[in-house]
Amino acid sequence: MKMDRRSFLSFLIGGAAGTTLSPLPWKLTDDLAIWSQNWPWTPVPAGGEVTFVETTCMLCPGGCGVTVRKVGDRAVKIEGTPGHPVNDGGICILGLSGLQLLYGPTRVPAPLRRAGGRGENHWEKISWDDALALVVEKLAALRENRLSHTLACISGTDGGTVGRLMERFLTAYGSPNFIRTPSMRDAYEMTLHLMQGVQASAGFDVENADFILSFGSGILEGWGSPVRMFRAHSAWKEKGVKVVQIEPRLSNTAAKSDKWLPVNPGTEAVLALGLAHVILKESLHRKEFVDFYASGLDRWKNEVISKWTPEQVEAVTGIDKSTTVALARSFARADHPLALCGRGKGSTPGSIGEFMAVHALNALVGNINRKGGVWAVPGPDYIRWPEVEMDATAAAGMQQPRIDGAGTEKYIFARHLLHRVPEMVTAADPSLVQALFILEANPYYTLSDSALLKKAWDKIPFIVSFSSFMDETAQNADLILPNHMYLERYEDVSYAEGFNKPYIGLAKPVIHPQFSTMHAGDVILRLAKALGDPVQKAFPWEDYEGCLDDTFGDALETLRETGYRVEADFAPGSGYPVFETASGRFEFIPEEIRDAGMQAMVQPQGEEPAFPLILIPFDSQRLANGYIGDPPFVIKTVPDTVLKGDALFVEVHPETAKAIGLSEGRAALLATPKGQARVRVHLFEGIMPGLVGIPTGLGHQAYDGYLAGKGVNANALMGPVEDGASGLNAAWGIRAKLSRV
Amino acid sequence: MSTNDDKAKADALTDTGKQPEQDKPEKGNGASGSILFFFLVGLIASLLVGWVVFPELLYSKKKQPIDFNHALHVDMVDEGCESCHFFREDGSFSGVPELAQCIECHEEAQTDHPEEIKFVTQYVEKYREVPWLVYSRQPNCVFFSHAAHVRLAEMDCVTCHGPIGESTHSRIYEENRITGLSRDIWGRNIAGIKRNSWDRMKMDDCAECHAEAATKTASEGEAPIEGFFNNIIRIAFPGSLSGRKSSVQTQNEACFVCHK
Ligand code: SF4
Repeated sequence: MKMDRRSFLSFLIGGAAGTTLSPLPWKLTDDLAIWSQNWPWTPVPAGGEVTFVETTCMLCPGGCGVTVRKVGDRAVKIEGTPGHPVNDGGICILGLSGLQLLYGPTRVPAPLRRAGGRGENHWEKISWDDALALVVEKLAALRENRLSHTLACISGTDGGTVGRLMERFLTAYGSPNFIRTPSMRDAYEMTLHLMQGVQASAGFDVENADFILSFGSGILEGWGSPVRMFRAHSAWKEKGVKVVQIEPRLSNTAAKSDKWLPVNPGTEAVLALGLAHVILKESLHRKEFVDFYASGLDRWKNEVISKWTPEQVEAVTGIDKSTTVALARSFARADHPLALCGRGKGSTPGSIGEFMAVHALNALVGNINRKGGVWAVPGPDYIRWPEVEMDATAAAGMQQPRIDGAGTEKYIFARHLLHRVPEMVTAADPSLVQALFILEANPYYTLSDSALLKKAWDKIPFIVSFSSFMDETAQNADLILPNHMYLERYEDVSYAEGFNKPYIGLAKPVIHPQFSTMHAGDVILRLAKALGDPVQKAFPWEDYEGCLDDTFGDALETLRETGYRVEADFAPGSGYPVFETASGRFEFIPEEIRDAGMQAMVQPQGEEPAFPLILIPFDSQRLANGYIGDPPFVIKTVPDTVLKGDALFVEVHPETAKAIGLSEGRAALLATPKGQARVRVHLFEGIMPGLVGIPTGLGHQAYDGYLAGKGVNANALMGPVEDGASGLNAAWGIRAKLSRV
Repeated sequence: MSTNDDKAKADALTDTGKQPEQDKPEKGNGASGSILFFFLVGLIASLLVGWVVFPELLYSKKKQPIDFNHALHVDMVDEGCESCHFFREDGSFSGVPELAQCIECHEEAQTDHPEEIKFVTQYVEKYREVPWLVYSRQPNCVFFSHAAHVRLAEMDCVTCHGPIGESTHSRIYEENRITGLSRDIWGRNIAGIKRNSWDRMKMDDCAECHAEAATKTASEGEAPIEGFFNNIIRIAFPGSLSGRKSSVQTQNEACFVCHK
């Protein structure tokens, strides 16, 4: 039988009929429908038991308690822990993006040894044994040559066990060069030390204050413990607490304040002294405090009264004299007025004169160690390890002056002066730093004056980063010994910035380490062991957890359960505690620093007319500007007026822009004595004329594709300005020039 | 003027014209015979493809990593299925046990059965989860609460999962090459016909039971004809008659009770 056209057609028809009568089309349709509703390439979180782990966020010095929701072995959400003394259920945008850091592509997966030139980002994975052996070899050689003091460590943490282990390691090894990264904490600690004679950090009873006078503190930009400050801010709004914001730019804090006083940049301290002038002149100060618990008032009063009349203050600060008078009155008449300082997030220390002037204001209204005031919070006392027994080498090394000069005659009150290190390293040959450890810090990005920094960097022969992430510093190191990231490890957080009670948070491993990383504490212990006695002797612990057990003893169990410990009834409110100064009183003019302390203003670097404008960096809650860079979630929230594509916008007042011939969105060249960058211009009436505002936290070279290459690093355009009295970096801006391109 | 082509056409015409009348039906019979024949060939071939070849091709056959004996385990535990497939404290259902659970008893080999040895050496000792193939896994768009069915409605496991507890070996897992799901969802019968309630796990099967349950409670006291129409409305627009939402727990409407 031959198949002709008709039979072929009928074959097809038969086939169609048969197919219809078979399950094939129906089943296929159904399967395709299921397939198309569940694209196999769409990631679906694995199922599993839902659990919650309470831990402590370590992404900023805020010390928030966070609760991580897990499904099976995967962490899926970070939330604030309800009832936590610091943040009571709140969380910030960075804290809730922590999972992107945990699972994101910026992690360092294993110990890495540099394969190409420094900064070229070519790496070779090596085993932990090999990596540690490399470090030990280097350190042993230095020590043998009596160069132990040329080992330095830049650390973002110092109070907790890990920071202290590192410091102890340096001591036992023979180096005094443990250097904490700078922040306003340095200035506040020094202020309390000078005026109150205590080694303590400043805590602010913000919840109970009823009048807030902020000298540029970014209450909504990440100052202090950010979430706590947001909450306090909301509470102030509800209670009708007045907030006066003093700064040259309309920040979020300024925009939400009751009164914004645009002050000439860098003259905030003068305004503080002007307010003191009015208070003293009108006798509005709290005599029960000032007369009984303070000393040096007369001398200080003379200076303030003669030098800083409202007229003089107006000439310097630009703040109308009647405003100063009215502000001083309302500040002094409030029940619990509180003056704050530390610009923006407080990432630069600032001048001691300014901090002391603001602190003196608090003292004038008696608001020291009192409800709603500034409290001296003693440092953590739980680490009671035996003294390090130093051998001759260690002792000799420890006798050497610190590289940053802190504690030497010139910088007698300073404890850490990181900004001085690049200069010192570049100046000496051979380099004063032969080996550098970097722990929880990213100085290659955060230090200003990048050109000098790079020179110094090139002179340091051996750089080891402990970073969990491929940040700029890690990228430019010789060896990376990646730490577990904070959601993978135990670590005590000994401090919550600005919190007014002694507090310890415990970070706990929420999940197993995702990579071949090692706890920095364990690395230190292993290095010590490998170096042998006498270094080894200082570390009688098997491993880091053993050290934690030994340090906390029985308290560790409760700490594990609750996740934090707070001295809830710590209340210096019942009468004024004894001050530990020589006079036993609060010092308005500490003897040690009497002249210098009155130098209230610090001039920015650079000269007119080459640099007719002033560049001021500004912080934002949406831009992390410390050790951690913005994760993708956070960078997405940065508005187009700050960052568009890769272009960074600087803020300029329309008048200033007009004078240069710049309009909205125009490209421009921003130059300072320290460097230059191409930027675009955003016209903003909220910034004072003559200024250029630059956002901080951008211009990263490292991290992931969401962050790297975006915008300009404000630090690169800035340079440190040393405060004459304290040695701290007091730069608040730099002279600049903006020109059309 | 005529061409060869024209001539050929003319011949053809004449040919046709000359065809004897009586041939027609015969030739017609032959033609329709072959048409029918090829129709049947097409029909049978496609039926064979649809009913036999297609299911063979659609599913790949996989063996479970460990041949598991349910019957043996059920005998040894106290609380039946829930000993291993339990509800967590938060009410969620644990599903297939994780290694940590198995280890509670199997930290070391309990017998010298080769599967037991394999389990201990390859999974327990290496602390590796067993990649079980789950016969009842639903597509990701499906939300199903065991608690609502087992705890609230007091259904037993067998209703949906069948007498799996009596099995002494793990069946071959047939994986749908398109959806990646087990053949058990559509059911072994490619026509979708089922004899037992656990033979299929498609949406229709959920609906069948739910409609029954809804009818039982809702239509009490309704005249038969009224009940018939009301049932249609009840299934199409849940909650519209009773004012009650489809899900008692979530108070959600229609689709989102079961679909994510
Ligand atoms: S404020 Fe700081 S500590 Fe708190 S959640 Fe945000 S990043 Fe973490």
